[in-house]
Amino acid sequence: MLYREAGDFKTSYAEDNQTFPIKFDRVGYYVVLAVAVLVVPFFINDYWASAFLIPFLIYAIAAIGLNILTGYCGQVSLGTGGFMAVGAYASYKLMTAFPWMDMVTVTLLSGLVTAAVGVVFGLPSLRIKGFYLAVATLAAQFFLVWLFNKVGWFYNYSASGQINAPEREFFGLILTGPNAAAATQYLFCLAFVLVLAWVARNLTRGTVGRKWMAIRDMDIAAEIIGVNPLRAKLSAFAVSSFFVGISGALFFTIYLGAVEVGEAFGIQKSFLVLFMIIIGGLGSIFGSFAGAAFLVLLPVVLKLVGVDLLGWPTDIVAHLQLVIVGGLIVFFLIVEPHGLAQLWRVTKEKLRLWPFPH
Amino acid sequence: MPDQVLFGLEVALNGLMAGVMYSLVALGFVLIFKASGIFNYAQGVMALFAAMTLVGIQNGQVPFSHLINATFGTDIHYFGWQAPALLAILLTVVVMAVFAWLVNRLVFRHLVNQEPIILFMATIGLAYFLEGVADLMWGSEIKKLDVGLPQGINEWIDGATFEIFGYGFFIDNLDLVATVIAALLVGGLVVFSQYTKQGRALRAVADDHQAALSVGISLNFIWVLVWSIAGFVALVAGIMWGAKSGVQFSLSLIALKALPVLMLGGFTSIPGAIVGGLIIGVGEKLFEFLIGAPYLGGATENWFAYVLALAFLVVRPQGLFGEKIIERV
Repeated sequence: MLYREAGDFKTSYAEDNQTFPIKFDRVGYYVVLAVAVLVVPFFINDYWASAFLIPFLIYAIAAIGLNILTGYCGQVSLGTGGFMAVGAYASYKLMTAFPWMDMVTVTLLSGLVTAAVGVVFGLPSLRIKGFYLAVATLAAQFFLVWLFNKVGWFYNYSASGQINAPEREFFGLILTGPNAAAATQYLFCLAFVLVLAWVARNLTRGTVGRKWMAIRDMDIAAEIIGVNPLRAKLSAFAVSSFFVGISGALFFTIYLGAVEVGEAFGIQKSFLVLFMIIIGGLGSIFGSFAGAAFLVLLPVVLKLVGVDLLGWPTDIVAHLQLVIVGGLIVFFLIVEPHGLAQLWRVTKEKLRLWPFPH
Repeated sequence: MPDQVLFGLEVALNGLMAGVMYSLVALGFVLIFKASGIFNYAQGVMALFAAMTLVGIQNGQVPFSHLINATFGTDIHYFGWQAPALLAILLTVVVMAVFAWLVNRLVFRHLVNQEPIILFMATIGLAYFLEGVADLMWGSEIKKLDVGLPQGINEWIDGATFEIFGYGFFIDNLDLVATVIAALLVGGLVVFSQYTKQGRALRAVADDHQAALSVGISLNFIWVLVWSIAGFVALVAGIMWGAKSGVQFSLSLIALKALPVLMLGGFTSIPGAIVGGLIIGVGEKLFEFLIGAPYLGGATENWFAYVLALAFLVVRPQGLFGEKIIERV
């Protein structure tokens, strides 16, 4: 009844092309924003910040990044973990080499460094396609992790081989390190998520995004109608790596604080982010958020139910988690290959007709 | 000959042996890919699952005992019998065949005509699922696998090379056995696919699904068959790796090692899988020996295979022996 486009008259092209054409959606979007910015920071506590909210925000950035590459441009990448590691180590080097630099600059620069690395590893995509490319990106994953493990310069020759985020302030509030307040960290990540999601949404519906999608749907046909595959593919790699690099930097500076590269950015991370966009929905910004929320929340819920409620040992719950995640992926691919985003679309379609479906 | 050259030769020989192991896993990939166009990422986990099942049956472990004990407060672990190795292997083959049937019935039948990349992702999901099931079923601790294969240094090669070069080569008996078994396996597969009815049907399906279907070959049956064969190959690979380094989670990571082998050899070629495995095995061992360990700080084996495969692919996008990729608009 509320969910109608009737009566919502568009009088300009800009209005006609807006992201949320239905008023209910628009209002809902602003309400969610207002809650996220104005309400959540006052009620946030350390447990929920570190168990759900902050990882969710950071993974959402990574998922949007991978979705740009895989969902919009059709280039499957299994190197996300490696690129996140580039972002993390870039931010570490920047923070330690230029202690006066503020965190926003550090994070953005880390993203740019990752984008450059991403373009280098994206070069083979001009010649290699499909599976072959997916496996080729594994070269990036394993090589980068090995590099950060072996070359002392990257971790400033620390004895443990770990990197630790030094304490930094942001407008007088402690942002990184163990003394940071959950609300500060949350707001910092949220700001990045909002800006980046806005950028991604507008990139993907503009010229660049259409070129990506043309390449995804059939690269030869796209080339014939005048899309330059070199530019389209490399720009997708660059933008995607930029996002992934920022998420890697935040993952290290804000969320973990101390990182051992093989553990934090191993191949498992690449798969995790890939699962997020499969479950969330390939080629959808909303899907990236949904998938990230789902896969971050799943272990938390499983632990609450399995360990705290049923009293099972933690290793059984960990194994069950594998079974459930694996099963869900297969289930989603069979029942709804376009993920949670498609479910949401179908629901909206139903809502528009409700309560008179005929 | 100087010591360094001899040592390098020994490293290369051992690389060849490791390459045989990679080829074994890659073989399972190629079989399924040829017959159904599914790039089966779960092959490595299948090897793990097969090896764990084998050990479990041999030791008479109760499946899911950990879960049962946690839920019902019981304390059961073993049936209390020891199965002979051959019987256990046969039972495991049966389990893998049942698994093949289930996978086709429950998963891939619903995914017919989907894009290859969707199928690939489904097998990643399957790999996670199977890994979880394997851990729940048999427990995740490292197990010792012993089916009576010879192990340790081969004295004869050691002695013979010592007499010729004055330097004894270290070759593990297990690696030799693995090589022989791999050769037998490939020979068996060739005979099977050339001279039996099912084998011919299999090749027909690999060649053209539609044409095979139109002459009355049951695709469902062929897919179950090929997954069963892949399960059997996984079991063989699992036994070899398990005997070498114990049955544990890292076994499933050999799938990741088999990927560059496949890329190098081409996804559709059985000889490609073998040659690719050998090139990767020798290449990574020699690179580690000549450049990795002395100049780069070691552990280059983690990524060298991928970079090598990438270099090959840039020159030849379909791999060494793969079918030429033809694209149409």
